[in-house]
Amino acid sequence: MSQVSPMSSMSSIGASARPGRRDIGLGRRYAAERRFRFYGMAAIGFGLLFLFLLLFSVVSKGYTAFQQSMITIPVAFSEQVIDKDNERAANPQKLVSANYPVVARNALAKVLGVDEKDRAGLKAVNGLISDSVRTQLRDLVVADPSIIGTTRDVTFLASGDLDSAFKGQINLDVPEKDRKISDRQVGWMNQLAESGALSKHFNTGLFVNGASSRPEAAGVGVALVGSLYMMLIVLALSLPIGVAASIYLEEFAPKNRLTDLIEVNINNLAAVPSIVYGLLGLAVFVNFAGFPRSAALVGGLVLTLMTLPTIIIATRAALKAVPPSIRAAALGLGASKMQTVFHHVLPLAMPGILTGTIIGLAHALGETAPLLLIGMVAFVADVPATPLDPATALPVQIYMWANEAERAFVERTSGAIIVLLLFLILMNVGAILLRRRFERRW
Amino acid sequence: MKSLKLTAAALVASAAFAGVAVARDQIQIAGSSTVLPYAKIVAETFGETYPDFKTPIVESGGTGGGLKEFCKGVGPDTIDIANASRAIKDSEVEACKAAGVTEIQEVKIGYDGIVFATDAGNADLKLEPKDLYLALAAEVVVDGKLVANPYKKWSEVNKDLPDAEIAAYIPGEKHGTREVFEEKVLAAGCEASGAAEVIKAAVAEKDAQHAKCVAVRKDGLAVDIDGDYTETLARIAANKSGIGVFGLSFYENNADKLKVATVSGIVPSVETIASGEYPVSRPLFFYVKKAHLGVIPGLKDYVEFFTSDDMIGPDSPLAEYGLVPAPDAEREEVRKAFTDGKIM
Repeated sequence: MSQVSPMSSMSSIGASARPGRRDIGLGRRYAAERRFRFYGMAAIGFGLLFLFLLLFSVVSKGYTAFQQSMITIPVAFSEQVIDKDNERAANPQKLVSANYPVVARNALAKVLGVDEKDRAGLKAVNGLISDSVRTQLRDLVVADPSIIGTTRDVTFLASGDLDSAFKGQINLDVPEKDRKISDRQVGWMNQLAESGALSKHFNTGLFVNGASSRPEAAGVGVALVGSLYMMLIVLALSLPIGVAASIYLEEFAPKNRLTDLIEVNINNLAAVPSIVYGLLGLAVFVNFAGFPRSAALVGGLVLTLMTLPTIIIATRAALKAVPPSIRAAALGLGASKMQTVFHHVLPLAMPGILTGTIIGLAHALGETAPLLLIGMVAFVADVPATPLDPATALPVQIYMWANEAERAFVERTSGAIIVLLLFLILMNVGAILLRRRFERRW
Repeated sequence: MKSLKLTAAALVASAAFAGVAVARDQIQIAGSSTVLPYAKIVAETFGETYPDFKTPIVESGGTGGGLKEFCKGVGPDTIDIANASRAIKDSEVEACKAAGVTEIQEVKIGYDGIVFATDAGNADLKLEPKDLYLALAAEVVVDGKLVANPYKKWSEVNKDLPDAEIAAYIPGEKHGTREVFEEKVLAAGCEASGAAEVIKAAVAEKDAQHAKCVAVRKDGLAVDIDGDYTETLARIAANKSGIGVFGLSFYENNADKLKVATVSGIVPSVETIASGEYPVSRPLFFYVKKAHLGVIPGLKDYVEFFTSDDMIGPDSPLAEYGLVPAPDAEREEVRKAFTDGKIM
């Protein structure tokens, strides 16, 4: 690359009036620019290609997770099965512990015409129904015991294997013994689908249910709530602390060895592997302070520590970018140092601070490593009511589902990734909108 | 500014609230990733069957990590149960004692089979511990002398095996599965191939003899997998002639993608493992802090629920998932030992 110093280009402009000396490397310089533009476009194209590949692989595998196979059949709430000896008035516990899966199984067996004495057949029928039917029917009966003895249409979840087969994710050409669904069950599946009893519905369970060992009933509900709690804690703690620290360091602190040392340390902390923060959180918050294990509060505190350096660095850069003339003008008009900072400098630095904060939060949202040590990489079925209850996070749920053996978890893993990406897009769009609102020019 | 002050105030309030350590009303479990799927099924069914108790929290993190957490001490801020895919070591019992966890109850839940499998497109594979030892050991005996493993192809080890490069994906050293693999496959193969005799003659110390028998080659043909079986499955998909080590339940869930190998002529299945015919299996455990029984609500009920035949019997959901149930008498013994409060 030829170097053209400003001086020589100026002189060549001056010289261009004289004829004969036209060769100022114009063609070469244009070619260099064209080459550079090409490199730039190639770099962007490369990035877009990988983005496209990522999205394609995730969406093509995951879009089916947003649909769930359900079976709708008339279910006879037989008194014979639920409460044989009519004890429910005396002992309400009877209704809680009744054998509801058999109620659902008998209903499906009746629709499919399976004989009551065909034990292998009944077992195969049972394999089509999700075990979560137990709680579903129990809740129905406990809420309204008068339905015992009647027959109603109930929609319940198909089992994970039936769901995978119905979505075409199980290869039905391999020998019967090598797959989780038998030829007889496939026949029933087609029969149910034809009669309309088996159909795909929008999978609301994916968003509201907690973790489950049954893929059809598993959802990211606990993880969503856990991630939300943690983001709120991180935002509420790291934004004020980070901004206060940077304003002091940038605007008030004397420049000496100590502040230099602090600056080096902050920059270092920003590059420390996140697992280190997990170890610190385990030692300080769980073992020393006695906060509960697996709680979103501890996760939020650990992620706050991790996010602080990022926010401080971004905020200091944003404060530095405010022209000194603004400060000089405010001071010159008689504003105090604090008035200068809070009335003039901070509002102008706001877009930069917000961008840094959102980047920090997005980073924290995607972390699993520090959560492993404080017990948040866990199977949590109950949706946490407060940040003190056990919870998981979205990336943790993705990691745990990726390690599951069942086929039906493959699509759910990609489905959870899509949910995480949507969450991130939402945050980034929020950041852009906020920045637009606060942006000022001078 | 006002909002800033408000947030600060809210934070102080929440911190003060959190400082009050609340008595825990939820069982906390950590440990082996092999036991995790079984523990999840039990925890979930427990939560559904006993609406008065919350669903237990089950963390993964490996047998060693879980026991370490378990041995931190007694009290509501420590876990109640550690899942383990091997028996607790004496050193771990000592560590527990040092931290005040003196009363540990051991519960054996059943057995887990370890299978060798290759891509579904391959021909049937018949393995012997001896073949696996010769293919994977760091040093083997050639002409009566110990030399660095010279074999590059399965057919060089045993002419009945395919004419393909040796590639084996075995569990990494932090896995409980690795120990079973070393004991039941490599050590057995070491004996069967006659290498054990040569090693005994060359090395005096017993521990060193054993270590030499189970040392795995480091030249890249045997790959340690530190992740889960999903990673092993992905490696097999990428290298069709590779052989991977899986748990029986994982294989059964992915039987359309994998072809399982017989070991010593026995096809691994729940039946052959329960009867002891299939050689590569191991018991699965969990450990309970006796001091927490009666303190943490539902802990006793959870253990009793777990050990009931509805959960670990021959026709139970765990057996359906791939757990090999212990014989009837052994399950009865486990239940009795727990009720009697037998400690280690």
